[in-house]
Amino acid sequence: MSAAPVPAAHEAAGDLLRFNTCGSVDDGKSSLIGRLLYESKALFDDQLEVLAADSKRVGTRAGEIDYALLLDGLSAEREQGITIDVAYRYFASARRHFIVADTPGHEQYTRNMVTGASTADLSVILIDARKGVLTQTRRHSFLVSLLGIRHVVLAVNKMDLVDYSRDVFSRIEDQYREMTNDLDIPSVVCIPVSAVKGDNVVERSAAMAWYRGPTLMELLDTVEVDGSRALAQPLRLPIQWVNRPRDDFRGFAGTIVGGSVRTGDAVRVQPSGRVSRVARIVTADGDLAEASVGQSITLTLADEIDVSRGDLLVPADQPAEVANQFEATIVWMHESPLLPGRGYFLKIGPKTAGATVTGLKHKINVSNFDRTAGTTLELNEIGVCTLEIDRPIAFDPYGVNRDTGGFILIDRITNDTVGAGMLRFALRRAQNVHWQALDVNKSLRAAMKRQRPCVLWFTGLSGAGKSTIANLVDKKLHSTERHTYLLDGDNVRHGLNKDLGFTDADRVENIRRIAEVARLMVDAGLIVGTAFISPFRAERDMARALLGDGEFIEIFVDTPLDVAERRDPKGLYKKARRGDLKNFTGIDSPYEPPEAPELRIDTTATTAEAAAEEIVAFLKRRGIVDPT
Amino acid sequence: MPLTHLQRLEAETIHILREVVAETDKPVMLYSIGKDSAVMLHVARKAFYPAPLPFPLLHIDTTWKFREMYELRDRVAAEPGTELIVYVNPEAVARGINPFTHGSAVHTDVWKTQGLKQALDKYGFDAAMGGARRDEEKSRAKERVFSFRTAQHRWDPKNQRPELWRLYNTRKHRGESIRVFPLSNWTELDVWRYVERENIPVVPLYFSRERPVVERDGVLIMVDDERFPLAPGEVPRLRKVRFRTLGCYPLTGAIESSAGNVAEIIAEMAAARTSERQGRLIDQDASASMELKKQEGYF
Repeated sequence: MSAAPVPAAHEAAGDLLRFNTCGSVDDGKSSLIGRLLYESKALFDDQLEVLAADSKRVGTRAGEIDYALLLDGLSAEREQGITIDVAYRYFASARRHFIVADTPGHEQYTRNMVTGASTADLSVILIDARKGVLTQTRRHSFLVSLLGIRHVVLAVNKMDLVDYSRDVFSRIEDQYREMTNDLDIPSVVCIPVSAVKGDNVVERSAAMAWYRGPTLMELLDTVEVDGSRALAQPLRLPIQWVNRPRDDFRGFAGTIVGGSVRTGDAVRVQPSGRVSRVARIVTADGDLAEASVGQSITLTLADEIDVSRGDLLVPADQPAEVANQFEATIVWMHESPLLPGRGYFLKIGPKTAGATVTGLKHKINVSNFDRTAGTTLELNEIGVCTLEIDRPIAFDPYGVNRDTGGFILIDRITNDTVGAGMLRFALRRAQNVHWQALDVNKSLRAAMKRQRPCVLWFTGLSGAGKSTIANLVDKKLHSTERHTYLLDGDNVRHGLNKDLGFTDADRVENIRRIAEVARLMVDAGLIVGTAFISPFRAERDMARALLGDGEFIEIFVDTPLDVAERRDPKGLYKKARRGDLKNFTGIDSPYEPPEAPELRIDTTATTAEAAAEEIVAFLKRRGIVDPT
Repeated sequence: MPLTHLQRLEAETIHILREVVAETDKPVMLYSIGKDSAVMLHVARKAFYPAPLPFPLLHIDTTWKFREMYELRDRVAAEPGTELIVYVNPEAVARGINPFTHGSAVHTDVWKTQGLKQALDKYGFDAAMGGARRDEEKSRAKERVFSFRTAQHRWDPKNQRPELWRLYNTRKHRGESIRVFPLSNWTELDVWRYVERENIPVVPLYFSRERPVVERDGVLIMVDDERFPLAPGEVPRLRKVRFRTLGCYPLTGAIESSAGNVAEIIAEMAAARTSERQGRLIDQDASASMELKKQEGYF
């Protein structure tokens, strides 16, 4: 390999460009990155020695240097011969420092590419000159535009294998530009390269004198980073931490993600809307008069107003929007699918809130950009969704600001990061639908009935005895003139929920509707029984969260599967075992038992009548009904 | 005026450090006395200024560090508002674990890996910040900024959370802990340039001086105290050397160099053709050894 050393940047003043690379192993992506690292002297002799040894041992290039091995850092991946994650690499030129997010091009790894692209200013999309624009090229380009990357370099690689043909290159360039017409990518530059031979990577190609544009390195070195765009925006400072070392100092710490701020500026705290002025911008190296996008600062305000982690500081006259219902594009990143109706945590900037995807408008096929219908999102699928957050948040559309418009979704039980999303706009309903404050309220209605309203949430396997016990409890309460209502699984499915089946997604929606109906009935002052399998912990927790403290009483009707199956009052287990009934809880669909139910009924040790008595006694102890 | 590269790195590190303090219950910063720890500590003081550091420092002491490292450590610990916990694995003391008798693998495992786990358990820290960088070693290149460990301190490289934008998911179950790497995106050169810009005190061993060394398997080892068992006839010779990385002195190779200050180190690195960890004997057992050590709980 010819060494044409680019001096590693010694100018401490050099700036930073973050880019990602997309392409499959076969496109020569690793060779390209290896070449950039080597020629910018970011690859050292001892690393090359290890690489040479590895190439002989497990390489795929007949003993020649196999750069893929350099980049595929984890040994598990090395055996598979494919990168399965995002790796970050560092190098520098005389002008600039670079961070490369190397993300694989294989179809099932949308998640990794989106992760790598989320912090990139520029994307290098690789294609093999012999193959031209492929489906994966469309996919990469779509994701790049989705993530809001404004600069794309199409590196047409392996030009040495098509005799450095200008025609081949021009045809590919035309094809690519036509395809990206549909996508929002402001700047596209196409460069013919040979990563293996080094043409137009750092050194200008002697074999392609017809090419007049920049080499890849020249372009990376000179492309204008979008700093000026972010600087021109109004101030966005998400508050990360309140610094309060002593009584007379209260600083608000955060990283500026848009615009700039000066002392004396009038600022607004969102979502509360309170206004003050910036008193000081405090740093360990002395106070600043001004700070701008990218800086992590601490500032103090002239007035003692309430500011806490998760708030957004903005110019008083250029606030962000505040809403709690949105349309958003979501990329799903986890093996368990997105279920509309299920509660997740949403993290946007330093703010974490409860969130529910209320509907999936359509999925997007990333290969041909078509919209398709769907009810869930599987791993690596992308969809446009409606989203509801349990409190109002300040935001900007993602297209305007990545930091105030990008969010992740977190599973409430596993704590995994399951999705990433981009807010598109607030739904108008969010601003226009208000809770009607009613004069006659829950406590007045309940007082008239001499009871405290609540939900008795029976859960358990099919055939466990939920309906039987719930019905007995209902009768006992009714006979003492309590006002009750029993929501029964089968009955509700005949009406309110007759459009729902038994997939996981439909089960979640089924329970969501029941929980909402139960909440309205509790509001009406009733003691509501619900008898549904309700197999998932997450939905029972959601129902609990909808209700006030002490209003949700979870009753686990605990019957072992073999006992329930032996009883089989409706013959459903037999059908399920025959395969005539799909997604049957306990057979081919899971049941997650409650971890801390208010009551647990062991039906193998008690009768339905005794269980009902026990529940009524519990209600008396709790003061739900008076003890007479 | 766009931020310079170093300003962006510093701002990112401050952001990460604040996120740790805001979202975890009992964080701690691992302080290993090297240049990376020095930089991380320096940025941390800035991140929380004017408040003092909102977490203690923890040094997992192997008792085999260079004497000059202990001197700097004790000076740093004496700075106002600094709480330093020094943890020494009592089992390693009792068994007299040392690199000469037990070899580098056992030595590192018992003193450092086991010592760290014991210390985290003893004090109940739920987040430990360390100065590791992604450019150090291949398996580090894919490490997350927030890296989760099971209650048994194991790392599962197959099951890592994606990190997008500036968003870090810090939610964890009881018993789990997080290793956080605020310097993930710094390179060795960035660290030196920052040391220069901010005038941060570092261990003098990084600067070239005449030091007594012996050559073992082609590696220059400094004879830092009388515990070093010299072979019959072996005599330490004074050579002008410095260290690119610092660990236990019998396991850390010196390089011949005349770089006597930070500016000269930076100039020397521009011409360097070998990586920083080359001097670390513990990494050379097998190509994937760092990854194995990390799965076992090594930082």
